[in-house]
Amino acid sequence: MKKKTAYMGLFLAFALILSYVESLIPFYFGVPGVKLGLANLAVLLALYRYGWKEALMLNIMRVFLSGFLFGNLFVIMYSLAGAVCSFLVMCLFKRMKNFSLMGVSMAGGVFHNIGQILVAYFVTKTAGVVFYLPILLGAGMATGLMIGLIAGNVMKYLGKGKAEER
Amino acid sequence: MLKWKKNDIYFVMAVAAIALCLICQRFMFSKEGARVVVQRDGKTVGTYSLAEEERLVFTSEDGGKNVLAIRDGKAYMETADCPDKLCVKQGAIGREGESIICLPHKLVIQVTGGEDREADAVAMLQN
Repeated sequence: MKKKTAYMGLFLAFALILSYVESLIPFYFGVPGVKLGLANLAVLLALYRYGWKEALMLNIMRVFLSGFLFGNLFVIMYSLAGAVCSFLVMCLFKRMKNFSLMGVSMAGGVFHNIGQILVAYFVTKTAGVVFYLPILLGAGMATGLMIGLIAGNVMKYLGKGKAEER
Repeated sequence: MLKWKKNDIYFVMAVAAIALCLICQRFMFSKEGARVVVQRDGKTVGTYSLAEEERLVFTSEDGGKNVLAIRDGKAYMETADCPDKLCVKQGAIGREGESIICLPHKLVIQVTGGEDREADAVAMLQN
């Protein structure tokens, strides 16, 4: 049990490193809100390794910590909406049996972007933000697929068992 | 672990279908725009013709500054002092429905249609 705390700390550190790496990459598609979503890798791993409670905690912690470290309050609000939206859908999809890790990850990517579009809509009160929806849907799927594939491979090496944590 | 499952495919197809529908709808109704509407916080600040050449400076309440340039029937954000500069990176817009959004300054620039049809429709609804 105590080791789990340590592992959660590792996961959080991992998520923060990924957020930092992502903030370093000058990755821009010409559309606001398109990101690699690297930090979702840590969330996905935690979700499959532990469960939704742990993953949710990790997700919220990393949004706030990375927001304060690399962004501002506005960024936190913006990315929290995406994170919560994508997290809910990922949990739901994971529970519905016929989805693989990639499917769950892609759904997370897509709904992350939908959540951000919603925030953008409420902030600007303009329906014009919907203009970007098709691109954001495609981008969410592409990045989600990538993260899902990486997570699948990482999980092979991490092992699903919790043997090392006894 | 890396095996696809049935619902994955359905999900991908559903999202792709939605995206395609949205894109098709956009291309069918997308025309060269005639003017840009600038809104801050949902309120219209001004409407400018794309036919003219202009440089407009918008300052928000908290001092944020955006410089919008209009040239050759297109509008683009020339400079901005927001932290991410996403509005500048969004490039030039000129087709109906396209927009530049500066979230930190709550500023939206949107291209609207050629004739005054839309404005008329809004006016009719309001009367």
